[in-house]
Amino acid sequence: MSEPFKIKSDPELWEKLGMDVSRFSGMPPMLTTAYTNIFLSQKNRPSEMAYFDNMIENIHTGRIHEIMAVKETGKPVIGTFCVYVPEELIVAAGGICVGLCGGAQGSIADAEKILPRNICPMVKSAFGFKIGKICPYFQAVDLVYGETTCDAKKKTWELLDRYVPTHVMEIPQMKRERDKKLWVEEVKDFKAAVDKISGTETEFDDIAGAIKTINAKRAALQRLNNLRHFNPSPISGRDMLLIEQIAFYDEPVRFTEKVHALCNELDKRIKDGVAVAPASTPRILVSGTPMALPNWKLHNIIESSGAIVVNEESCIGTRYYKDLIDEGSTSVDQQLERLTERYMKIDCSCFTPNDERIDQVIKEYEESGAQGIIDYCLQFCHTYNIEAVKLREACEQRGIPFMAIESDYSPDDVGQLQTRVEAFIEQIQG
Amino acid sequence: MKVGIDLGSRTVKAVLWHNDEIISHQITESSFDPHRQALAFLDQYPSAAVVATGYGRHLLQQHRPLNVITEIKAHAIGARHLFAECRTILDVGGQDSKVILLDESGRVSSFQMNDKCAAGTGRFLEMMSVSLGYELEEFGRAAAETDEGTAINSMCAVFAESEVVSLKNRGVPPSVIARSVHLAVAGRLAAMVSKSGYGDHLFFCGGVANNQTLVKLLEIQLGVPVRVPPNPSITGALGAALHPIRL
Repeated sequence: MSEPFKIKSDPELWEKLGMDVSRFSGMPPMLTTAYTNIFLSQKNRPSEMAYFDNMIENIHTGRIHEIMAVKETGKPVIGTFCVYVPEELIVAAGGICVGLCGGAQGSIADAEKILPRNICPMVKSAFGFKIGKICPYFQAVDLVYGETTCDAKKKTWELLDRYVPTHVMEIPQMKRERDKKLWVEEVKDFKAAVDKISGTETEFDDIAGAIKTINAKRAALQRLNNLRHFNPSPISGRDMLLIEQIAFYDEPVRFTEKVHALCNELDKRIKDGVAVAPASTPRILVSGTPMALPNWKLHNIIESSGAIVVNEESCIGTRYYKDLIDEGSTSVDQQLERLTERYMKIDCSCFTPNDERIDQVIKEYEESGAQGIIDYCLQFCHTYNIEAVKLREACEQRGIPFMAIESDYSPDDVGQLQTRVEAFIEQIQG
Repeated sequence: MKVGIDLGSRTVKAVLWHNDEIISHQITESSFDPHRQALAFLDQYPSAAVVATGYGRHLLQQHRPLNVITEIKAHAIGARHLFAECRTILDVGGQDSKVILLDESGRVSSFQMNDKCAAGTGRFLEMMSVSLGYELEEFGRAAAETDEGTAINSMCAVFAESEVVSLKNRGVPPSVIARSVHLAVAGRLAAMVSKSGYGDHLFFCGGVANNQTLVKLLEIQLGVPVRVPPNPSITGALGAALHPIRL
């Protein structure tokens, strides 16, 4: 019998990072309990999930040590909140890109001391993590690179900058030629900001290598998502979501290897007929807003109600890995343009028009063999919330069962969500 | 013999079904532990097959072997039994309100529930009646005594209560305030129904459907007949009793 699962603590490290150690010490045991209940209680998990369990055990310790070791060599460590920030350029500089904490209820009260209450829970949670000094990643970064994908974020960056240097990348809201020009300029500014930290300019070969590395990571996630679509499912939606979340803070080359190792196991599972749920299990596609660690609320409700999540059409899911960068560039300028073109394909609802996203959701619905769509909208995310109207219409036209929910991180609405999800499953089952 | 039991936020409803008819039914306050109320009813019929619904369904399942279905499905079955052509259901209970659309065969095609908030629910009406000093039954009747109404702007139960207080202090008669509250609730429910879409009727059930003033106001706002069964509170329990058992 191996050691029981336990998220590790390292008060000495946290002290060095300037964290509120006494307060943060409560976090690992709490997360250990939640993780044990939500993940380790699942039956018949793939054995290669052990790596990802271990990544969670080390989320506040081992991975932070790795990041600090890179940082001590003068390489950039940059925190982000959005899949529009080009991590390739950070990797090209030998640095580390981390998706920052913003998925927990615990830090919201901190944020509400300053921010208005009626804004996105992810923005509040993230801001609270920084001002409460309860996120080791936030403490480790050289700077935060924000963007302009929503009003709450855009204005919060101005305040966050008081606590950690926060740069902002302008993401346009339309995708015309003139927007692309602006965007390429923004990408160049980003590259310059990254290079400034390391004090060396990244060159063609560095960028080419980084594009390959991140393409490989995205391709591995695509492979995993394709395998996961098999019915009966070889892996649960919860485990898939977890891997997608870990993609935002793990070392990319190692992560890619481990995802492929898991894929090999799933390949074998499919051949051997091993599954985590029978083929008759109702299959749900979740679309909409991101789910930052440790936001497992909806997946947990869906899978505890007897259904399985078979796809995340989300920034945490396919929106992050569905597109790759063309690797055939011959100059740095061309690399940056190809990179921009790839990022322009991301179909966030902050763009108008954004009808390609509706087509994308339907495409993923068909590819994943889902039987219904639950559109997940974080409270006060107006653009996704309004776009759900079009998504609902598209589903109605095609006879696809559709349900839109709006929720935050608090546990208050779990009972009600459970009823809605169960009723939706009944609706699918007829 | 079958029992359908609906463990709601305010009351526990039970229906005993045998030989194609309702033998008896019971409505009790949910009190502190609603599952004990339910178990007390079930103890009278130890051999009955049971289907539970409502907020307390999973809790009850921990205490006794039975099937569970959601309130949405239970109301769909119950409404269809009471009114065979039913396509649009509005159920307003103590803590939530929902609109359920059925296809031709009676299957749920979509549904909508209110957000986690008491606006437009029985609890909202109850709080407003308390603040005006009415018994709940009187509240609807008082609202019917007048044609006058003033806008209640807030649908948050807490803010609306302070609005009611300020109307009282401006000397507005209680019946006018009562009517205003009813108009506000009817407006919110009508908006919810309109968002889902409805045909040539609405089937209205749940405890709040006992309020005839609200029924009339909904008819005016929606412009279609609103059908209320004789005992609207037990629609969900009846639907549960009619649901096939798989143990």
